[in-house]
Amino acid sequence: MKYLLLIYNCGRPEPTDPAFAEAVARVNAFADECRRRGALVAGDPLPSEHTPTTVSVRDGHTLISDGPFVETHEHLGGYYVLDCRDLDEALELAALCPMAQSGTIEVRPLAHVPQVDNTPVGGGTAG
Amino acid sequence: MLAALARVLGDLELAEEALQDAVALALTRWAGVVPEDPVAWLLTVARNRAIDRLRRARRGRDRQEQAGPGLGPPPVADAALDEEQLVSVGDERLSLVFACCHPALAMEARVALTLQVVVGLTAGQIARVFLVAEPALAQRIVRAKRKIRDAGISLAVPADHLLPERLAGVLAVIYLIFTQGYATRPGAPEHRRLREEAIRLAKLVATLMPDEPEALGLVALLLLHDSRTAARHTPSGEVVLLADQDRTRWDHAEIVEAVGLLDRALRRGEVGPYQLQGAIAALHAQAPSSAGTDWAGIAALYRELLAVAPTPVVALNHAVAVAMTDGPARGLALLDGLDGLERYHLFHAARADLLRRLGRVEESAAAYRRAHELATDPADRRFLSGRLHDLAMPDDLGGSAPTMGG
Repeated sequence: MKYLLLIYNCGRPEPTDPAFAEAVARVNAFADECRRRGALVAGDPLPSEHTPTTVSVRDGHTLISDGPFVETHEHLGGYYVLDCRDLDEALELAALCPMAQSGTIEVRPLAHVPQVDNTPVGGGTAG
Repeated sequence: MLAALARVLGDLELAEEALQDAVALALTRWAGVVPEDPVAWLLTVARNRAIDRLRRARRGRDRQEQAGPGLGPPPVADAALDEEQLVSVGDERLSLVFACCHPALAMEARVALTLQVVVGLTAGQIARVFLVAEPALAQRIVRAKRKIRDAGISLAVPADHLLPERLAGVLAVIYLIFTQGYATRPGAPEHRRLREEAIRLAKLVATLMPDEPEALGLVALLLLHDSRTAARHTPSGEVVLLADQDRTRWDHAEIVEAVGLLDRALRRGEVGPYQLQGAIAALHAQAPSSAGTDWAGIAALYRELLAVAPTPVVALNHAVAVAMTDGPARGLALLDGLDGLERYHLFHAARADLLRRLGRVEESAAAYRRAHELATDPADRRFLSGRLHDLAMPDDLGGSAPTMGG
């Protein structure tokens, strides 16, 4: 079963920060553990909260707006998609994620919707 | 039976529907002859009904699906429906308890789900004892079952490394069920039922997990609380303090059983909060009177309990026990050093009692008034206004433990 881990409100050191190398090492060690368990499907950090753009289509018109500029306590900083045995394993990995030390991690199961085909380029299934 | 089916199917709602199908069929088929093994008959029929339901659902999808890859329901393979898995019903029930008490569910949902799925109460019965509207409670249960299915909450006893924490969660739910049956309205049949079911559940967990002394400790604690039921209230429903209870009305068979279980648990040498609370309750239960109680032993046990469960309420009880051995001034000093209890009526009731024993009548009255303001249970409120009234006529200054209802 696949789970989406949404990482909120964790601080992230800049590459020039002396803490950067250690932070990267911890994140990589977490990814290694996920790979070792055969769980890692995808994962990426998201850039700062000033980069999102919102798109909606109403009555045939595409609306594009800058934002949303959510309150800082809801800042989405990255995600993982993990393939786990059950919720217990997903929660265990979420707790191992170094970002859980400073931020919070929302664990959401990916839904199986009959007939929906989201096969990614290359044939594997990410969701 | 439900536990066995749910475990095999991974879906509580489906298991319930299938079992209902089987019972409906049994009502017509068994009119003349009951099968030799009715449980096996029901399980087999229910399992077949569940497979039918799954196949129907799958066929419906297949008709519209153009060979979409990797789709379909979570893997509930027919092959997983193994006869052997349906047999060990006791263990299945334990798995179900762990699923119902999963920390990914809200505490209210854990309690409601355990009572409905494991204990077998109806949504209406649960709604009545928890004083919530039945539709809201039913909705809570449905949502929790769907979360178990859709979020992949495992219907199995958790892996060893998760077990200590998860077992503590299960025991907390059982304790909460018991206290809901203990707190108010003495003698109401549904409250008695809650207490009995909590004790039965605790015994089930303790029996199926013999290496876990905390489960035994909880059984002992519940039995010891339960043993005082008849003495905790007057016939008209007024609160009787532990110190004033008629100890001959305690259930001594329950006390003997509890003390035996507690000894067995403590011999394992892994003390935890339920064993400590059980040991405290056992000292009370074995004392001939309030004055003849081993208060020093109780204070020492509360100190140990504070080390593993440092909550303000434990600190309050510790202070009360200290007041009984070292005098009210010592107890009051400890109480006045506590934070986080300003809105807890028993904190003010305990302060009031110690101030009264120190002869500080005005302050005592103020504390009783504050306790009365904060108390919500009518019997507690009546008790506190009685105490306040007695202060005006200081004819008894004898020391008594303020632990309300014991």
